[in-house]
Amino acid sequence: MKRRGFLIVAGSLVPAIWAPARATPAEVAQAIKSVIGSTVPKPGRLKLDVPVLVENGNAVALSASIDALPGEVRAIHVFAEGNPLPRIGSFRFGPATGRPRIATRIRLATSQTVIAIAEMTDGTCYSDSVDLLVTLAACLE
Amino acid sequence: MVRVLINVPKKAHRGEVIEIKVLISHPMESGQRRNEMGQPIPRDIIHSFRCTYNNQVVLEAELFPAVAANPFLSFFAVAEDTGTIVFAFTDDHGTEQVERAAIVIE
Repeated sequence: MKRRGFLIVAGSLVPAIWAPARATPAEVAQAIKSVIGSTVPKPGRLKLDVPVLVENGNAVALSASIDALPGEVRAIHVFAEGNPLPRIGSFRFGPATGRPRIATRIRLATSQTVIAIAEMTDGTCYSDSVDLLVTLAACLE
Repeated sequence: MVRVLINVPKKAHRGEVIEIKVLISHPMESGQRRNEMGQPIPRDIIHSFRCTYNNQVVLEAELFPAVAANPFLSFFAVAEDTGTIVFAFTDDHGTEQVERAAIVIE
């Protein structure tokens, strides 16, 4: 094998071996579709709050709130498109909910986009996403 | 039984929006890791959580392995009557644990 050929082949293998397991875009789309169906989320109203620069992917503070009355919001769903499994959590509200906001701590396997989708009681959806950098990934070993 | 820290105000005014914070002491083993022998470590997470205030739902959460170890949740309820806030969650072994907090409306 010529040196050039070898480098091309070797170069193409390295990412396949070293890249952390992450869901494919199709799996992410499928995960979102399984939750909200074919509704296309609109931008606005929902605010996803995650740090843009994450030092430790094992515990990342995340909060999502939507500018709406509690009775107008059915649920907030959160997805991580670069994790091995794209779903993070689904939070459904009820009659005793005081404010449509949730906060939790999540794991992030790599630098990626985190997506939040709010499902309203009238069937519409709003989404927000944050692109972030992870310096220490949640350990997979 | 796992240790649970619950933060709910003891007293509130009628109609007040109160913040509820829950911290569950649980490893949330993701099922993605392997032990030193290379064997996958089985998934062990709390996959569902439910909070009710006098039997009315405040929050129903479906959790996945991407929730950090020792899951923390913060959310809001509207205080209507004196009563109990009940927290119930289930792990992958199917064990359900129930915790309660009392609240007084003044």
